[in-house]
Amino acid sequence: MSVNLKPGQGPLDYARRPWIIALFAAVLLFLYAPIASLIVFSFNVDKSGVWHGFTFMNYVKAWHNEQIFYALSNSLTIALISTLFSTILGAMTALTLWRFKFPFKNAYEGFVALPIVVPEICMGISLSMFFSYTGMMGAVRDWVWPLNLINIIFAHIAFSFPFVAVVVRSRLVGFNRQLEEASKDLGATELQTFINVLVPFMMPALVASALLAFTLSLDDFVITLFTSGPGSVTFPVKIYGMVKRGVDMQINAASTILIVITLAATLIAMKMQAPEKSGH
Amino acid sequence: MDDWKDYKRVFLTLATPGSLWMLLFFIIPMAFLFVLSFSSKAIVDGETSTTAYDYFNTINNYVAAGGESYLVLLWRAIWTSAIATAICLALAYPLAMAVCFAPNKLRPLLLLLLILPFWINLLIRTYAMYSIFRTTGVVNQTLGIVGLGPYEMLNNSPAVIMGLVYVYLPFMVLPLYSTIEKLDRSFLEASLDLGATQAATFWRVTWPLTLPGVITGIILVFIPCLGTFLTSDILGGPNNWNIGNAIQNQFLEANNWPFGAALSFILMYATFVALIVRALFARRSRGVDA
Repeated sequence: MSVNLKPGQGPLDYARRPWIIALFAAVLLFLYAPIASLIVFSFNVDKSGVWHGFTFMNYVKAWHNEQIFYALSNSLTIALISTLFSTILGAMTALTLWRFKFPFKNAYEGFVALPIVVPEICMGISLSMFFSYTGMMGAVRDWVWPLNLINIIFAHIAFSFPFVAVVVRSRLVGFNRQLEEASKDLGATELQTFINVLVPFMMPALVASALLAFTLSLDDFVITLFTSGPGSVTFPVKIYGMVKRGVDMQINAASTILIVITLAATLIAMKMQAPEKSGH
Repeated sequence: MDDWKDYKRVFLTLATPGSLWMLLFFIIPMAFLFVLSFSSKAIVDGETSTTAYDYFNTINNYVAAGGESYLVLLWRAIWTSAIATAICLALAYPLAMAVCFAPNKLRPLLLLLLILPFWINLLIRTYAMYSIFRTTGVVNQTLGIVGLGPYEMLNNSPAVIMGLVYVYLPFMVLPLYSTIEKLDRSFLEASLDLGATQAATFWRVTWPLTLPGVITGIILVFIPCLGTFLTSDILGGPNNWNIGNAIQNQFLEANNWPFGAALSFILMYATFVALIVRALFARRSRGVDA
């Protein structure tokens, strides 16, 4: 065959076919245009869909809007606390599954992964009923901040630590157990070996999964809606209430800030998980 | 791997916290929801109580979920989800293919571009959709410049489907990408060398070999679509409710918890069926699994 092929005409050159490039561009436009427009209009002077001039006023108003501020600080507090605990619980679960043989191990593994697959709304209402039946829902209402957020924190830990377990476990698979033996041969105790050998090895996965847990918690709307009370509104729940009442540029401003926080966390997590740093 | 019996203390220290947490905040609440789905409101002093229930005495909640108005709802949820899933598949397959066959240097970037929106808050993304497609939104304003519209683009099922595709497209791209990436290209080359057309190669080689990824993608998109709550609520309005909205309504407004519990468990059963289907497919085709 002596046909001269132009780019995109090679038999397996799918990525350069013009129609695929056009489709790719169209999908990217569809994915990013709404978000870009949300960010652009957060600087608009009024709330119409037409550009009427640049202002930071929406950010100032959102900052001084006590309810938005309160909801955002609730969200961040919940995310920080639940990240801490779900990283610890998830890492422990991953270590259990990685290191030990025990009866019904496969069943246990499936059981731990359940919160990942169960529809959010089912988990949300089951927790909501659990909290109201045990009296937790009413009890925490009068507790001092941030203890009044404890139900939401419990719920967030429950749905995020399985994700941490999955991430940390896939990192542990690459661990050479001879390092552990060497450490013990040289006289280190079980605990010293754990802290000085295993934890440093797990570190990239711990950081990445912590950021994943943080994003999951910050993102969650459905489960939070069912486990929050009047005094413990989070940012997504607050925004939902505002959206129901119509478009408001303060929502755009506050959302833009949240997008920046989440994307920063995500990009750091992805860097941490990049292959060249994971030591395989 | 160590046997747990040799290191009982270490094993118990590591395994207990996670197991307890799961038991307390997942299994017990779910079990309770399950019991409630077979229960009814208790009659106290001749009046229907709002807080007490008679447990495990009826399957009426499930029967009621099969009633006409809920069948309509269920049917609508199924077909909106099915259409959204089909559109996601039709878009994501060529995209995943393009990413896999792109130059090595570009691949991570292209994949990142496709899945990055997934990390942005679902509510914010839905609100962004809502604000550009509302009657005074950017799209209608732009159409207005050329003298068209404004059109009512929201509060109908196409709006819900569009929103679902917008939200769940990354869920379809990821499994497809990981299957197509593992595909042995020499199969495609062999097929093309032996004279098959591109179309024949696709339908008889590529598609069957990547079927496990397709199934995973379909399940990852279809299940959350079925239980969606926000998208149908904000973009669809009350006439385009999904099962998720019906469940929420039973709990927060209609206050019929046993019925809401039955609806949730119908959603759970559907999820489990989908997971079993996926497991069966994974077992049958060991080749390229996602």
